Amino acid sequence: MAADYPEDLKYHAEHDWARIDGDVAVFGVTWYAQDALGEVVFYDPPAVGSTVSKDGAYAEVESVKAVSDVFAPLSGEILEVNEALSDNPEKINDDPYGDGWLVKVKLSDLSEIDQLLDVAAYRDLLS
Amino acid sequence: MPSAAETLRRTPLHDRHQAAGARLVPFAGWEMPVQYEGVRQEHMAVREEAGVFDVSHMGQVETRGPGAEAFLQRLLSNDVTKLAEGGAQYSLLCREDGGVIDDLFTYRLPGDGPRFLTVTNASNHERDYAWLAEHAAGFDVEVVDAADRYAMLAVQGPRARAAVERIAGGELPARMRTASVAIAGIDCLGCGTGYTGEDGVEILAPPERAGEIWDALLAEGVVPVGLGARDTLRLEACFHLYGNDLSLDRNPIEAGLAWACKLDTDFIGADALRDLEPAQLLVPFAFTGPGIPRQGNPVSTAHGDGTVTSGSLSPCLEIGIGMAYLPAAAATPGAPIEVDVRGKRREAAVRGKPLYKS
Repeated sequence: MAADYPEDLKYHAEHDWARIDGDVAVFGVTWYAQDALGEVVFYDPPAVGSTVSKDGAYAEVESVKAVSDVFAPLSGEILEVNEALSDNPEKINDDPYGDGWLVKVKLSDLSEIDQLLDVAAYRDLLS
Repeated sequence: MPSAAETLRRTPLHDRHQAAGARLVPFAGWEMPVQYEGVRQEHMAVREEAGVFDVSHMGQVETRGPGAEAFLQRLLSNDVTKLAEGGAQYSLLCREDGGVIDDLFTYRLPGDGPRFLTVTNASNHERDYAWLAEHAAGFDVEVVDAADRYAMLAVQGPRARAAVERIAGGELPARMRTASVAIAGIDCLGCGTGYTGEDGVEILAPPERAGEIWDALLAEGVVPVGLGARDTLRLEACFHLYGNDLSLDRNPIEAGLAWACKLDTDFIGADALRDLEPAQLLVPFAFTGPGIPRQGNPVSTAHGDGTVTSGSLSPCLEIGIGMAYLPAAAATPGAPIEVDVRGKRREAAVRGKPLYKS
């Protein structure tokens, strides 16, 4: 699978993305992050109702060899976690922007959005 | 300042790794392939078919001369007099206090005069050679650093031996045996040993021709396997990894390697190990729920605390597995333990060896 960075997402420098819809956003990891980690074999989600802070680690993804923290691109409260990943964590590799989404969050500070990268800025960071 | 990559050593198969799409990482001062297609896939290839590892980073020390056997008997923990010509033996190299300097395979080479080849871990090679050389005084022996003489390929898996046979010019050595054999038309030393729990052959080859052997193996359908799968395979088989499960601060008895220590041979370290009742023992364990243990995770037991020395997901068992030093009273198969994985307490149980039997 070739590198892919959708236009409609906002990016965080720690290789996380947010798909923002009003004051709710879905978070996940970017193609770069899943490629660097290798096949994901375990995803440990946060609890629904817990809060996440922008730039803070809120979950872990693990490959056979390594553990990687997942950082929140924005602050808010966890509304939903992707339960399907407990049985099929490899969806994070197969479809990092679709079935491999990690959490849905009620955003607490919409002004933070301005600090995220657009796709061009994120691509610059990778190059 | 030079980047790390510029100072790392490369094996003779470096171009083959790049061609095979390897992810190369620093390992013990070498630039080594950690994976090609993926750790899990490569792991299963070795369990079900055949895989080849480039282990050319490992070192070799040759010991020869009339006093070679007496010398190695003093230095190595196992009974070297039981090592027949063309045989292979696992042993420890210990300090006087019993601390483990390295764990090693030694082969008694066929041919004229006593000649032994000892394979060292890459990270320990220079220390091992220095230790051996400085203890050679008083023995009629020549100790030679032979690391540059060999590239090393480990071909492992239920179909490994057959694949090597198809390109070999003679009979391959049986398990725990070694023999000179032409492979892909190149004079090599074949060894019926490995680090995966599978049958297979390790090939010590002239470095400048290792690439031809690699190519011939791949043409026989053997798949390249990186160090990532080497680690998960050895952990399922409960083989020790120096630096994780063995160190200068641990002795072979607590590491569960008493079987490789023949105290009546009076090897260096034997006195410290006599009548030793270790407070901790190294045991395999498996998670009974979710999570993956990692090196350094603290362990709680009914008899006190311990530490994980190796941990991973088992691709075959699909659960977290590992090895840990635990209080001796807790080191019983079936005993429940708890592993603290970055703040989360994970349920596990002590298991017998091996964790996975092929």
